[in-house]
Amino acid sequence: MRRSIPLVATGLAATLTLAACGGGSGGSGGSSSGDGSFNAGLTRAVNPSTKTGGTLHLANAGDWDNVDPADTYYAFSWNFARFYGRTLMMFKSVPGKDGLQLTPDLAQGPGQHSADLKTWTYKLKPGIKYEDGTPVKAQDIKYDVERTLDKKTFPNGPTYFNDYLDLQGYTSPYNDKTPGKLGLKAVETPDDSTIIFHLKKPFGAFDYFAMQPSTMPVPPAKDTGANYKQHVVATGPYKFENYTPGKSITLVRNTNWDPSTDPNRKQLPDRVEVQLGINADDVDNRLINGSLQSDVQSTGVQAAAAAKIQSQPQLKKNADAAPTARLWYVAVSGDVKPFDNVHCRKAIEYAADKQAMQTAFGGPLSGGDIATHLIMPVLAGSKDMNPYPSGADNHGDIAKAKQELAACGQPNGFKTVISARTERTKEVNAALALQQSLAKVGIQAEIKKFPQGDYFKLYAGKPEYVKKNGLGLMMMAWAADWPEGFGYLSQIVDSRVIREAGNTNLGVKDPEVDKTLDKAVVTADTTARNDLWAQIDAKVMDDAYIVPFLNVKGLMYRPANVKNAFINQGLNGEYDFVQMGVK
Amino acid sequence: MVGGRDARRPPWPGTVVTFLIRRLIAAIALLVIVSMVTFAIFFLVPRLTGASTADLASRYVGKSAGPQAIHEVEVRLGLNKPLAIQYWNFVKGIVVGAHYDFGPSKVYCGPPCFGYSFINQTPVWPDLLDRAPVTLWLAAGAAIIWLLFGVTTGVVSALKRGSAVDRLSMGLALAGVSLPIFFTGLLSLAIFRDKLGWFPNAGTYVGFTQNPIQWASALVLPWVTLAFLQAALYARLTRAGMLETMGEDYIRTARAKGLPERTVIVRHALRATLTPVLTVFGLDLGILLGGAVLTESTFSLPGLGKFAIESINNNDLPRVLGVVMLGAFFIVLANLIVDILYAVIDPRVRLS
Repeated sequence: MRRSIPLVATGLAATLTLAACGGGSGGSGGSSSGDGSFNAGLTRAVNPSTKTGGTLHLANAGDWDNVDPADTYYAFSWNFARFYGRTLMMFKSVPGKDGLQLTPDLAQGPGQHSADLKTWTYKLKPGIKYEDGTPVKAQDIKYDVERTLDKKTFPNGPTYFNDYLDLQGYTSPYNDKTPGKLGLKAVETPDDSTIIFHLKKPFGAFDYFAMQPSTMPVPPAKDTGANYKQHVVATGPYKFENYTPGKSITLVRNTNWDPSTDPNRKQLPDRVEVQLGINADDVDNRLINGSLQSDVQSTGVQAAAAAKIQSQPQLKKNADAAPTARLWYVAVSGDVKPFDNVHCRKAIEYAADKQAMQTAFGGPLSGGDIATHLIMPVLAGSKDMNPYPSGADNHGDIAKAKQELAACGQPNGFKTVISARTERTKEVNAALALQQSLAKVGIQAEIKKFPQGDYFKLYAGKPEYVKKNGLGLMMMAWAADWPEGFGYLSQIVDSRVIREAGNTNLGVKDPEVDKTLDKAVVTADTTARNDLWAQIDAKVMDDAYIVPFLNVKGLMYRPANVKNAFINQGLNGEYDFVQMGVK
Repeated sequence: MVGGRDARRPPWPGTVVTFLIRRLIAAIALLVIVSMVTFAIFFLVPRLTGASTADLASRYVGKSAGPQAIHEVEVRLGLNKPLAIQYWNFVKGIVVGAHYDFGPSKVYCGPPCFGYSFINQTPVWPDLLDRAPVTLWLAAGAAIIWLLFGVTTGVVSALKRGSAVDRLSMGLALAGVSLPIFFTGLLSLAIFRDKLGWFPNAGTYVGFTQNPIQWASALVLPWVTLAFLQAALYARLTRAGMLETMGEDYIRTARAKGLPERTVIVRHALRATLTPVLTVFGLDLGILLGGAVLTESTFSLPGLGKFAIESINNNDLPRVLGVVMLGAFFIVLANLIVDILYAVIDPRVRLS
């Protein structure tokens, strides 16, 4: 048998050579032609076109949490839902910073609020219809908000309306005995085109709630509860032709969509076809050969395709390194000694080798930029700061770290534990890089890995476990629900949201931060509010409860045959699907 | 009395029936044990490691759900009930079906109800039935190819031992065994779909009744890739068996009697070699019918293997439980068939 080895080696060499050739070829539609250049999609629509027709092919390596507007939380789902549904408000469908601004969709204008910020009123545009031609009424928006409250039937969606509306015991339209099942007193509809929200506590940025799929109208007569996802009734430019969970989604033109009521969307392709459950590497290959126009999940290409794109100029010109509202950081627990001392926490801030941690995530192009504070640049209100400079090369400032250790009373270092999620190889590698950098100042860190499904419920997010097992440093990533302070910070810095288990605030406990958060929530003026978010950022960094190290970027690929492709910053750095064309 | 007079006696019908009943009871008992073990892994072990029923319920709610929402889901899924009751309800669902209440719609999940996916809001059994044909087609097509090529290559290789053909085929067999399917699969897609354009629909499965040509076009590469891996094993198995058999006394006797070489090889040597090969084949097919995880994932085929992976990734326990039970059923069934075939071929097995 030994003689056969050279044969196998020869065969392998031949196949690998073929692979290299195959990989580089690209398809005619995937990489050639077009007016694209690297990162062009961040600032403009690439391959602009107004031509209609054709089929927009998309793919998803997984599946939706739900296409029902009452039960969805995935970022890509909120993006895709704009094909078939309209909400009171939406992010501007434009490239660049302007994409962070909200604009009316079903509503005539932004919400009008009472002086105490507890009542918000929206007037609907006239002439908006469902796919069957019946008019959309304010009561239908109220009905979907009511559905969203029912976490027994719709457990996946966000809980903002549950938390802020003055529910007075209301639980679900399915338990509602009032005629029309519109008994929720917290939402009023004095006529068919007016909707008024009554909150139990003031909130100054309610337009962000009004942007969520929960405000997509659902006609009560067509509601089938959990089965409504089988045919969501469309108000957007496309309607469902078919949805087979786990396999495919097909959308076709909604002939009752009136573009004069909707300046934010286009209706260029005749059909939108989505294949579900496609191998992630194969999604990249198909993007490159042009048989797909976009990846629905929008988290960036896989490592194999990223390497190819970075090394081949004809592919790189069709790529965008899109900044996202997602941060990787190390949470430092003040409950675990010696991190109850701020100087020991600051020692970690200085000692961390952020460049090595960035490399673990794929480097600047497919990983992201090195982060120096909590609020990333794509968020409204982000103010650049670097309170713990870690040297020109970002390998850590050993001298400063040792000074902090001395101030902490631990000049020779100490022992601690770093937690990470087993399935997330990059996260584990970043933990290894952190472990090595801490060793340089005498901190001996042991890495403990936990299953990601239970990370917050049983381990890092459970204070009792953290304290008992000495998890001083916890690897963590957090993405904003929307690119604004509240949607980003409320679940990771407010000490009052910390509960027995399932926490995402892994250790920030500062009454001043809580106080500033409360103040920001009741500030209606955007500029003043953004200043308060920046203050929170500075205070949390001063407390050194969080060691930010990576502002995430996704290396995204837009084939040359997709038209009007651009990154929408309001959609967390995803391509704006509703603008795309194929002709 | 191996090879004695009793062993050559024609089988007594009562013995065969007793044997079949015994094996059937054992198969059913095995399935019950599998269901209990699987159920315990998903619902008992987490509790033993400190997870509360609320922790289990929190897997089914959104990321910012409060205690009230978690409690509602806990009650709705019955996770707050004793484990024995939960298991009993699971078994009862398989036998008589179960009712589920979702908003305005009530869902009846008829027998065999393998539970309800609360993440996807669908009963598990229809989803399994929907995915099973894909795996069945994949396994059947690949099995034909690997059996045909594997056995032929093994026989030729054994007969031409030491020749260039033997070395080449065994070298390829080694490559087939060594190369993981996610490598050969992606490679075949890159070459035959993306580069040469021969199978444009590879990686895009459609049902046979929907479009037979597209169906075949989507399955050719998975068939060949999966068969390449398995054929390699069968080629090596057949070659080893043939080499051993060809050295037996009865082969020399057959040749001495003046039988043509073809008859000696096909009727005497190959027949004896095929018995263990067919046994392994039965078991392999049984395992494959439970889901060809890597092949289905690589070629994006919506079969049972991919279903299992998706369900595990989504923490969708009822679906995982369902697919494990179905996979176990196929394996137990294949074992049963192999046992029966063994008993038919070799009466000593019946009597043991």
